[in-house]
Amino acid sequence: MNVDAPLGDFGDVLFYSALAVYILAMLLHAVEHGMLRRVASAEAVPAAVPAAVGAGGGDEPGTTTVVPDDPAAGDDAAGDDPAPAGPRTRDGRPPRPASERFGRMGVSLTVLGLGLHIAMLVVRGVAADRPPWGNMYEFVAAVTLVGVLAWLVVLFRRPELRRLGVFVLLPVIVLMMLGGTVLYTQTAPVVPALHSYWLAIHVTAAVISSGILLFAGVASVLYLLRSVHDSNGRMAWTAKLPGAAVLDRVAYRATAVAFPIWTFAVIAGAIWAEAAWGRYWGWDPKETTAFIAWVVYAGYLHARSTAGWRGRKAAAVNVVGFAVMSFNLFFVNLVVTGLHSYAGVG
Amino acid sequence: MTQTLKSPPDESPEPPAGRRWWRDLLALARNTWRGLTSMRTALILLFLLALAALPGAFLPQRGPSPQAVQDYFTAHPTLAPLLDKIGIFNLFSTPWFSAVYLLLFISLVGCLVPRTWEQIQGLRARTVAVPRNLSRLPHHAAGTDPRSPDDVVADTRRRLRGWKLDVREEPDGVRTVSAERGALREVGNLVFHMSLLALLIGIAVGKLFGYEGDVIVMADGSEFCNSGILSYDTFRPGLQVDGTNLDPFCLDVDRFDAQYRPDGAPESYRADVRYSDAAQIADGAAPTPATIQVNDPLRFDGERVYLIDHGYAPQFTVTFPDGQQRTQAIQWEPVNPSTFLSQGATKFDRPGVTDDATRRRTQLAITGLFAPTSSGGGVVTSTYPALTAPEVAADVYRGDLGLDSGKGQSIFGIDQSMVDQGRLVRVDRQNLVPGQSLTLDDGTTIRFDAVKQWVRLQVSHDPAQDAVLVAAIALLVGITLSLTVKRRRFWVRATPTAPGARSTTDGRTVAAGSSVELGGLARTDQAGYGEEFDRLRTDLLPDRPTSRHETPPRTDPDEAGPGDHGGSG
Repeated sequence: MNVDAPLGDFGDVLFYSALAVYILAMLLHAVEHGMLRRVASAEAVPAAVPAAVGAGGGDEPGTTTVVPDDPAAGDDAAGDDPAPAGPRTRDGRPPRPASERFGRMGVSLTVLGLGLHIAMLVVRGVAADRPPWGNMYEFVAAVTLVGVLAWLVVLFRRPELRRLGVFVLLPVIVLMMLGGTVLYTQTAPVVPALHSYWLAIHVTAAVISSGILLFAGVASVLYLLRSVHDSNGRMAWTAKLPGAAVLDRVAYRATAVAFPIWTFAVIAGAIWAEAAWGRYWGWDPKETTAFIAWVVYAGYLHARSTAGWRGRKAAAVNVVGFAVMSFNLFFVNLVVTGLHSYAGVG
Repeated sequence: MTQTLKSPPDESPEPPAGRRWWRDLLALARNTWRGLTSMRTALILLFLLALAALPGAFLPQRGPSPQAVQDYFTAHPTLAPLLDKIGIFNLFSTPWFSAVYLLLFISLVGCLVPRTWEQIQGLRARTVAVPRNLSRLPHHAAGTDPRSPDDVVADTRRRLRGWKLDVREEPDGVRTVSAERGALREVGNLVFHMSLLALLIGIAVGKLFGYEGDVIVMADGSEFCNSGILSYDTFRPGLQVDGTNLDPFCLDVDRFDAQYRPDGAPESYRADVRYSDAAQIADGAAPTPATIQVNDPLRFDGERVYLIDHGYAPQFTVTFPDGQQRTQAIQWEPVNPSTFLSQGATKFDRPGVTDDATRRRTQLAITGLFAPTSSGGGVVTSTYPALTAPEVAADVYRGDLGLDSGKGQSIFGIDQSMVDQGRLVRVDRQNLVPGQSLTLDDGTTIRFDAVKQWVRLQVSHDPAQDAVLVAAIALLVGITLSLTVKRRRFWVRATPTAPGARSTTDGRTVAAGSSVELGGLARTDQAGYGEEFDRLRTDLLPDRPTSRHETPPRTDPDEAGPGDHGGSG
């Protein structure tokens, strides 16, 4: 197993490029967000300025549905079916508000960042001659990649959620910054215990579920903020978010997708542990925390269908779940000594 | 886990005083059961379970890391005993942790039984009749069809292949179709929860009838036999295992090989073994060769043998002044995991000495440090984990090793109190490479012959492990079905238009046309059903529908995850 160090360094360059592009994308989304406020506060948005366009039937893939800048209208449009077609300009296309143009640029840059991000992991994997998630730096890079990918998939299916961009990219950027500094590790092979195809299976599942749960966690946090605003009018900026019901729904859908994958990650981990450590479950700190996260997410899925728990309480549970996942990544790997201490930090 | 139903107000008249107490008791039992099996209680128990497991993430546990627990006691002399009193260091076998998950599972059973029954009933039940007013459903469309209602129904039947479907007749020749799909969601949900139960039972069986043992074996053809607890260095039996009835097998370790990269990082470990299972031992058949590697244990007959550690054993030959020789190699303990600098004590009794007093003056111990790749020089340190330039820094002690004191002592060291009392005296200190020897003042020579390797093997036996795996796979299938399958309903009502009436859609006169109404309702997650409904509509109402609407989705109380529960319990 040979390590190609120069290639690994090139991977780091790609990593920082992706990070820089994401930051730029987040700034553009922030500008979009800022302009929304102006439009909203200017009240005098003439009705002639097309507020919303349902692209055709709203169902053809690839068609982008434009969402009104007016937050009040946004709630209605945020459902399954975009709002009915509004007035159009002569060429059949509505003029785009400036905020939307910034938002679209943000999305384009996010896609570009994702491309660099993917290239970074490919280069790392080739340089190290193994799946590129053998230490915390690589793991964080992979999780954030899935997080961005999950976000873009959601965006593709529900273009009206574009306003979330700044909030989804923020934790991605923070995680990548931590990964690039505190957790940074040079390309290197891994210990014999990790020489197993289960590294690819178990860790890939953990990466995918963590990335999707990252998005779900963000959606639930925003849901909580938005629903507080809805009930007492505080935090006016959250009025520009998609409606509470929509946020709640995307959080649930993402968690519902991620939960079976997380379950699989835990089971695959147990199968691997049986082969590597002589038992399928031994309450290693990482196993314990994975179990706690699983139980909390199971609680969220149940809470969402229990009278008296729907809404804010359930969302809070989802946020706690994400907190446990973060704790599992950082605290358990860096502070607690256990069998999963491969962080490669230090 | 079912939803709490408010118990109906007791309308029965005041019962006779004599029968009242047991009625109260019954009511109490019933209410307790209802409370326990309610969804809210289950949720609380779930969160309690997560909370109860939390200390296990912060604090070391005796099971996986006994040494860390010791260290914690040393570091926190006042706090640790207090925590120990409530079982924090054996968290997952404490009564209170068990209480939480047992209550949770009782709650689960209390919910699963009625829901399974409902599901079985539901298989035979007919689909829900077509609502009177389809236009009030979230998905609705209406149009006309030149064909008769019966033809429309037949067409719908063809289109809705795979749906559970009932055709009903209403007065005036009206035909309706009610269709349902997605029953697998609830099936998956039930499978998931039942698998959880099976998983718990499997784990429990493993804890009762399984065992784990560690043993160090020299990798020089030495043999280990699974004959009883005494064969092991450490043995962790299940609650129903007394160690008298272990499955017999023997294992010879012929060779151990470790590969390291130039920087000393390990690349692979491998042990070549030969094993004989019970049948081979009985028949005297030749043992089967096998290799054990990291991530690749030896498995046979429900036994698993793991390679979990390795190290070096310097071999010494002592030639006593009377010419008698004794050769011994015993494992030394690696003190540095990356360079394998090891320490240990190889202990000798002078042969032929029967007098205890003399024996206690003449015992020998060779202690010190061993380096597989020595740095050379006066102070021996190790620079590389592989055996390239071995050297031992030997301290030779003579006197009373204290082996008869009845006190246990480490195989990796000597009893320091004997040294302090002057009963064990250091008589020489030299660095030796293989082949070199030293001579003590009484003419005894000690030769460092060679270096052997040892492996630590773990034998694991868990009769329920396969069952646990099957339960885990069923659990995964169940949860995936229950979170991805969507339950939805679709209704069609075809009403005959009066014979000879003009159909407005294409201007043709039709003899027996129908006006067709479609309705749809997603019972779990609204998202996505709109598209499916649209496809059904275009297939069934190819002409432009006269009306169509979709009400914006709302949070359906029925939309749920694994605990999706429409029914009562």
